[in-house]
Amino acid sequence: MSKDKIIKVLVCKPGLDGHDRGAKVLARALRDAGMEVIYTGIHQTPDDIVNTVIQEDPDAVMLSILSGSHNALCPIIMQKLKDQGIDDVLVAVGGIIPDEDKPFLEEQGLKGFYGPGTNLSTIVEFVKNNLKR
Amino acid sequence: MAEFDKIKEDMEEWQNSYPTKKERRKSFKNLSDIEIKRLYTPNDVKELNYELDLGFPGQYPFTRGAYPNMYRGRLWTMRQFAGFGTAEQTNNRYKFLIEHGQTGLSVAFSLHTIYGIEATDQKALGEIGKEGVAIDTLKDMETLFDGIDLSKISTSMTINAPASILLAMYIVTAEKQGHSPEQLRGTIQNDILKEYIAQKSWIYPPEPSMRLIVDTIEYCTNHVPQWYTISISGYHIREAGSTAVQELAFTLADGFAYVEAAIERGLDVDAFAPRLSFFFNSHNNFFEEVCKYRAARRIWAKHMKNKYGAKKPESLRLRFHTQTAGVSLTAQEPENNMVRVTLQGLAAVLGGTQSLHTNSFDEALCLPTENAVKIALRTQQIIAHESGVTDTVDPLAGSYYVEWLTNKMEEEAENYFQQIDELGGVIPAIKANFFQKEIANASYKYQQEIENRERTIVAVNQYQQKEPCTVPLLKIDEEVAKEQVNTLIKIKQERDNDKIQENLLKLKEAAKGTENLMPYIMDAIRAYASIGEIINTLKEVFGTYFEDSIF
Repeated sequence: MSKDKIIKVLVCKPGLDGHDRGAKVLARALRDAGMEVIYTGIHQTPDDIVNTVIQEDPDAVMLSILSGSHNALCPIIMQKLKDQGIDDVLVAVGGIIPDEDKPFLEEQGLKGFYGPGTNLSTIVEFVKNNLKR
Repeated sequence: MAEFDKIKEDMEEWQNSYPTKKERRKSFKNLSDIEIKRLYTPNDVKELNYELDLGFPGQYPFTRGAYPNMYRGRLWTMRQFAGFGTAEQTNNRYKFLIEHGQTGLSVAFSLHTIYGIEATDQKALGEIGKEGVAIDTLKDMETLFDGIDLSKISTSMTINAPASILLAMYIVTAEKQGHSPEQLRGTIQNDILKEYIAQKSWIYPPEPSMRLIVDTIEYCTNHVPQWYTISISGYHIREAGSTAVQELAFTLADGFAYVEAAIERGLDVDAFAPRLSFFFNSHNNFFEEVCKYRAARRIWAKHMKNKYGAKKPESLRLRFHTQTAGVSLTAQEPENNMVRVTLQGLAAVLGGTQSLHTNSFDEALCLPTENAVKIALRTQQIIAHESGVTDTVDPLAGSYYVEWLTNKMEEEAENYFQQIDELGGVIPAIKANFFQKEIANASYKYQQEIENRERTIVAVNQYQQKEPCTVPLLKIDEEVAKEQVNTLIKIKQERDNDKIQENLLKLKEAAKGTENLMPYIMDAIRAYASIGEIINTLKEVFGTYFEDSIF
């Protein structure tokens, strides 16, 4: 990636989970760090998310899930992105992701797993350092 | 006045002899960004009129407490919010809690239930039974309360958009146990305004949602007289990131909006107001929380009396449930959360709460395990029986600081009421994203203060250790979803589906008019219509709601 390009990030709330405090705070922190941020809002189905990725072509997709539905929803999102031939986008999930679920999610190609108490600057650095393009 | 002048003079001299540069921080601010002075003296509360501003507990303006003898008479209800997996699993947890001395039930529902989405719907994928108990039809409700006498225990149900439906299910379940609606005691949260503001589990647009709420108020006033029809909630507003002052102001503004809607329906304020209740958060700043509850009682009493013309003392008396702040729990060294919860629970008690949920220490990581929830309940029992704080009513009253801060919080809440009025009321303010922006700004500021270490969270931004988390976690079996889907499919095969269609059609026609919808919902429930079917029927008339995704 050239140094001048602005990083474009999609912050998403998949599923029925309405806990959007973390997603909103993160969206603002990424924006304050100079990135272009699109926040999808809550109640996004996997298809909604994939469609937004196709339309917006972000460099990173940040999924925020606190309801425990990560193991069900993340693999579907990853598969649908793959079906669309999208393989150069960083996809991260955070919220409440128990340690024991991480290996499974990693296998699906997800990264991050940042939970309560994480510094926003840690996540900003993570995005900068893990882009795939 | 000479006394006040003398104190002022002495205070200045005292202050000058101890310069502020010797203090740990340049300024001390609470979580509402209110600057806290080094010392409070009679001068800070010299305008306070005991009879008018404080009065006696159980009397106007109720600042000192909702009841004359408070915990000397009866302790608060120890009510742990619980629900996970299937109705059968949660029924077992309730029996466990009752065995250990819990005195009321509080139902947490699965997200698919909260949104009125059937277990069989794709949108329910991964959510069934994860955050609460899975309920689709009356059958599940019967299982949930199996072996629990609903005429003896009071039940709080955290349900909003489908509140009328779950209330109908509860009434019918009790009927099947042989109890009449007059015997039932409990609460439905039924507070849709805070859903648009903070919690986000709305279904319909605000106006038809308000109609359903007034329908439940009207129905309960006539048929379920001991039921609390709305639990006007600041909890979720606070969890979404508001300050304590915002929580106070936005919640009471919502309360006034419900009162206005019910008065508009033609109901007598003194007929329904005694059955409104409140639900607040208890966060980390101890005195700020105590003062918030005291200010809430006084504001409510004043407005109900002066603005809405309520006359019965019960209409002026603000009663509330408290839950300790989930958002304050840390995933780092989770055992420390027991201490946080103790302080937060104590603040709620010193603020005069009527019921309390103390969070379990593992809740930043998962739904609580049985052991964690037992410790949380024990925390309340220790505050109640060992600490001595229940021996006298409102023991912090008369503290210069406490009375000053109570006044200050009332004043700041009144400023917010004025801003909301200028926007045209609560619903127009929601549509203008006023609350949403205020909360988003406050939560971002709070987070930045933590990152800049202006606020310390132990083991998170100071005193951190890199030890991995070792507490046992509760895991919801993925089989729960399959079981729930099968139960729903089976019910649909066994019930009289012609009857369901007939009931739903009648409901739809009634929804197009202005009739109270509760009797129609009761009929559909009796025939085992699912929550999803009722919600979808109403959606056809009421439509749905989308919010602007601001951050």
